Amino acid sequence: MNNEELKAKITELLAAATFDETGEWLNISIDSKDWLPLAQQLRKEESLQFDYLFCLTCIDFKTHLTMVYHLTSTVFRHNIVIRSVLNRDNPEIESVSHIWKTAIFHEREVYEMFGVNFLNHPDLRLLILPDGWEGKNPMRKDFEDPVNMIKL
Amino acid sequence: MGSTSNNAEFSNPPLGGQGGFPGEIQEIPGGGIVLSKLDDVINWARSNSLWPLTFATSCCGIEMMAVASAKYDFARFGFEVARASPRQADVIIIAGTIVNKMGPVLKRLYDQMADPKYVIAMGACAISGGPFFYNTYSVVKGADHIIPVDVYVAGCPPRPEALLHALISLQDKIKRGLTREQIKSGL
Repeated sequence: MNNEELKAKITELLAAATFDETGEWLNISIDSKDWLPLAQQLRKEESLQFDYLFCLTCIDFKTHLTMVYHLTSTVFRHNIVIRSVLNRDNPEIESVSHIWKTAIFHEREVYEMFGVNFLNHPDLRLLILPDGWEGKNPMRKDFEDPVNMIKL
Repeated sequence: MGSTSNNAEFSNPPLGGQGGFPGEIQEIPGGGIVLSKLDDVINWARSNSLWPLTFATSCCGIEMMAVASAKYDFARFGFEVARASPRQADVIIIAGTIVNKMGPVLKRLYDQMADPKYVIAMGACAISGGPFFYNTYSVVKGADHIIPVDVYVAGCPPRPEALLHALISLQDKIKRGLTREQIKSGL
């Protein structure tokens, strides 16, 4: 499917989705509460079959957090990018780890680095950071560490 | 007849090819001979069989591999072969960034090495944290916060020639026979 066809198909699945086609891949902005049902459809729909979540990350824009999911289909070789804005004070989004297993690790990383709470994640704890870093979120733009950090 | 080695020999030690083989009986003008101390012979032997530990934490490791491979080949100077076990290694080349999580591992590797052991800090990261000095929560600002360092090599990363120079400097240092503490106290 090309971007136009993907756009038509995804509008069919979720009318509230907004699109940005400035990049190579189709960017789809959605509300975080629509994410889980949309993800299930993207994975299962015969003509889409997004079976590979190849990037899951988060961006801190200081006013809000944005979750970014890159999906591809190993059958059709088409790609999309899903973005979802989260509240910075209480970031919450449904886990997609039971749809794409790789999300178990990626969501743990986003959890420790940005403090995003993934609902219904099977094992949400720190991935790389050592004990004692719970709730500190070093990838947030306003993170400060007086012990280890030297400010420029 | 003759004189044994004295302090004057420290100022002019048997360095690579300049002073001949330590322990060799050397004739000096006037008919005397010079004998070296056993220490000098041991240091000579040590300095020419320094086996590095396979330890590379980032891009400096690529340069270290280049030094180990055919074009630069540190085996020519007695660094022979990188050992994957600290118990078989004499020198640890810290080739790369040390993060807080890696710190205890580096300390443990150093502790597992048998004496005498030497440390080379290769590149900006190992010297000071390098490009990660500012605004990072995770990088150790210099490997000498964790283990003592004998030779520092500047560069990001240093060229293979620079590492070879550091290795040869380390050999010179060992041949001079001074310990780290003696050098620090200005002996």
